[in-house]
Amino acid sequence: MSIVDSTCKILVPIGAVGGGIAEEEFKIGLSRRPDAIACDAGSTDSGPSYLGTGQTKYAREAVKEDMRIMIVGGNELSIPVLIGSCGTCGSDMGVDQMKEITLEICKEERIKAKIACIYTEQAHATIKKKLHENKIRPLAPLGDLTESLIDECDHIVALAGAEPFIQAIDKGATIILCGRATDTAMMSALPLRWGLPPGPTWHAAKTVECGAQCTSIPAKGSVLITVDKDGFTVEPTLEGSKCTPYTVSAHMLYENANPYKLVEPSGTTDTSTAIYKQLNEVAVRVEGTSFYPAEKYTMKLEGSGAVGFQTITLVGIRDPEVCAHLNEWSTNLKNYINSQIKRLKYDTNKFSYDMKLYGYNAILGEKIPDDSEAPREVMVLFTVTGDTQEMASKISKLVQPYLLHFPYNFNEQLPSFAFPFSPSAIDKGAIYEFKLNHVVELDDPLELVRIEYVRAEFRESVR
Amino acid sequence: MTAIKNLSRYVRSKNAGPFWMTIDIFCDSTEDYSRIKKSKDSLPEKVAALYEVDKDSMMFFFADDLLTVKISIPKEKPQGHKYESDMHSGQQFVRILELQID
Repeated sequence: MSIVDSTCKILVPIGAVGGGIAEEEFKIGLSRRPDAIACDAGSTDSGPSYLGTGQTKYAREAVKEDMRIMIVGGNELSIPVLIGSCGTCGSDMGVDQMKEITLEICKEERIKAKIACIYTEQAHATIKKKLHENKIRPLAPLGDLTESLIDECDHIVALAGAEPFIQAIDKGATIILCGRATDTAMMSALPLRWGLPPGPTWHAAKTVECGAQCTSIPAKGSVLITVDKDGFTVEPTLEGSKCTPYTVSAHMLYENANPYKLVEPSGTTDTSTAIYKQLNEVAVRVEGTSFYPAEKYTMKLEGSGAVGFQTITLVGIRDPEVCAHLNEWSTNLKNYINSQIKRLKYDTNKFSYDMKLYGYNAILGEKIPDDSEAPREVMVLFTVTGDTQEMASKISKLVQPYLLHFPYNFNEQLPSFAFPFSPSAIDKGAIYEFKLNHVVELDDPLELVRIEYVRAEFRESVR
Repeated sequence: MTAIKNLSRYVRSKNAGPFWMTIDIFCDSTEDYSRIKKSKDSLPEKVAALYEVDKDSMMFFFADDLLTVKISIPKEKPQGHKYESDMHSGQQFVRILELQID
């Protein structure tokens, strides 16, 4: 059998490690004899704070339980377990935490493993060097990268493609823990290593990157992809769930600016020519996906940096008169706050503030017409952002009396609004913003990653 | 004239990375879908005004097989800017529901 006649089956247990793998459906998936288990553990979707601090979002216990299910399953079948974007943002810290969790599980379950840790965090100096070598270009809507923009980042990661995963498999790793990777890299690695064509491989990987999202019951169960030389098949393991051409092709729209062209480090997947067919009751067959190799291998960069410190106050208003005149009330309040800031000569370059009226217009921020029906109650979220926490806290203290008592009608008794907390203001600490949307051109796909191997071993008898 | 909400069975919005958000309008019938698709020349201007962005910066996709219209819009400020109100852009579809189509 030549290698291109083979098929490669990947079991994807859930959209993200820590989300709570459905163990029964996972076991049904295992009984189908997959060649690898692959799962994503993060993305930028949770916002810039995770990358800014290098921290992870999910509870350690939840991550550990999901990892245990996958590691035990992988060990049972002697197949690799591939995890991408460890620690939510893919920082080195995130990989180290996942390594620690993995070693604990291996010890507890008495599993021997060669663990590959793929680090993708970048030193500022490395990125600056690439900038000076003219190897970095922006992606819309951001402009050219500058040294100062690099300096503004607290953490920078580069998104790994399939290549470092393939390298780790080649070196005999059975558990692979990667820092930031593309959503699809860990599902693509094994089929590509087996010589299966990149079009179907990347398209299959993209289809299952959110787990069961491509099925008729998106919230539960594992999914299986089987890639071969002509295309791929996708199916759920949950009883009662199914894939249809609709659920599978519709998933390509999800969280994608362009649903037909998906850029990976090694090239672009083009799904516009793909044909989706119902294969049986639960499985969908996809053929005809194209892949165009990139002229230059690129890694996408993500960077996040602190932009200030925040203090927030939450206060509820049920007063019908205030609720009936919220536009006017909030404008008056802001004018009053501004006058106090001026009176006390605070330097307005060092802070700013924002007020959102939940239950009214907080989410879309629209101006509500004056003749709109009054809300029954609103929650005011007052946020001060300062250069320092002290600054944010100070301005927040200045406004507390007005947040408690500011009237709509100055001829009446002062109202007292509803504070749910004491102290009423909460120091939130540093806040972060995404700074980079750029790619770096590379001659070698492994140039910006570091792979370390560690063995999980135990002795049968310890003296 | 009728609103997008009357021509669709499901509309959703989500981030597409930190710098873009995307809106998917799923229609039930070819008729409803075609009606939106027919307005594709005037749509960019209307959506641009609604979301206060440059009309040439957006992307429009018409997925005939899915009876779905997809609109991708660069975010005015990146996800998680200091006064963000919708970290995942999950509620940004609401504005488009009332958009009038010929």
